[in-house]
Amino acid sequence: MATRRPLSPHLTVYRLMHTMVFSVLHRATGVVLSVALVLLAGWLLALAAGPLAYARAATLFGSPPGLLLLLGLCGAFCYHLCNGIRHLVFDTGRCLEKDAARRSGSVMLFAALALTAVSALMMLRLRGWL
Amino acid sequence: MAEFTLPANSRYTSVPGRAYPAPAGASNVTTFRIYRFDPDTPANPRIDSYGIDLDHCGPMVLDALLKIKNEVDATLTFRRSCREGICGSCAMNIDGLNTLACTKAIAEVKGDVRIFPLPHLPVVKDLVPDLTEFYAQYAAVKPWLQTRTPAPPDRERLQSKEDQEQVDRPSSCILCACCSTSCPSYWWNSDRFLGPAALLAAYRWIVDSRDEATGERLDQLDDSFRLYRCHTIMNCTEACPKDLNPARAIAEIKKLLLERQH
Repeated sequence: MATRRPLSPHLTVYRLMHTMVFSVLHRATGVVLSVALVLLAGWLLALAAGPLAYARAATLFGSPPGLLLLLGLCGAFCYHLCNGIRHLVFDTGRCLEKDAARRSGSVMLFAALALTAVSALMMLRLRGWL
Repeated sequence: MAEFTLPANSRYTSVPGRAYPAPAGASNVTTFRIYRFDPDTPANPRIDSYGIDLDHCGPMVLDALLKIKNEVDATLTFRRSCREGICGSCAMNIDGLNTLACTKAIAEVKGDVRIFPLPHLPVVKDLVPDLTEFYAQYAAVKPWLQTRTPAPPDRERLQSKEDQEQVDRPSSCILCACCSTSCPSYWWNSDRFLGPAALLAAYRWIVDSRDEATGERLDQLDDSFRLYRCHTIMNCTEACPKDLNPARAIAEIKKLLLERQH
């Protein structure tokens, strides 16, 4: 039967809940990190290509925009790591009650932010800015 | 595949709806913004708004819908039956969440009450979605007792109290479809992913001590789409108006499949 039944609205009407947000961020950070592997490969290639190429890469990554990018990637990595561990806990059948799932989300987010902050501090110290 | 925007025939935002203001003198007015689609005209869906005097209306969203249908606009179409959360007919998206109109208090909603049909389904009319696929998925998990051994001649197949408790909660699913249609994974893959409701039903029979088709049931689910499109987003458990936990049932099925390999 040829119908012209419309599709009911979904993403645009559903309330943005913590469940959905954590999940979509996990996806997004995963994609970002996969793309970032190209940068890592570029850095390794520069390392292999000799001192001149490496110095150029180091300047690039050490510039303010470069550092900002690295900080963002570091945040994405910490989030993906912490939420990945949360999902491993889910897979054991734990933390799947509504309250526990919400609480684990808050713990995960706090851990990810803390890890990112610690990494940022270490970066600043290594640069000798702190 | 994930299609994030609505097809051209489904867009409602640019279509002006009709407004039905509250009667003059009403003091406690709440506006209901309701998705409307009329299959008998070629027009796209639209959002109509109805001003309702809550001093002359029951407390639940379903009361307001019935008041609109009875007193304001008889063309408004929705499913309802028991009005006490046991039939699952009046499932819809209210204030951004899937729930039953009969057990959702109007007072719980801040501001205008926005009502849409259950998400990402073909709309038959207004708030009535086509649930054919959803029911087919339920049927696909063979939601009945399967046995090979003959039944005892003089009594039922008995079950211990502990074994009964395993199936007690999952059995109280009313198949309202709130969970499945809240799941983004189901939105994008409903043609191949069974969805939380059908998987909860599958779990109910897998853990039933009297059922003798556990292996076959697990075989059927051991599929990267049917079961494993669940990414533990947990919208299902958040949405369930009966406070059931499809997400945990699915996690338990995944665990059983893993344990079986060893």
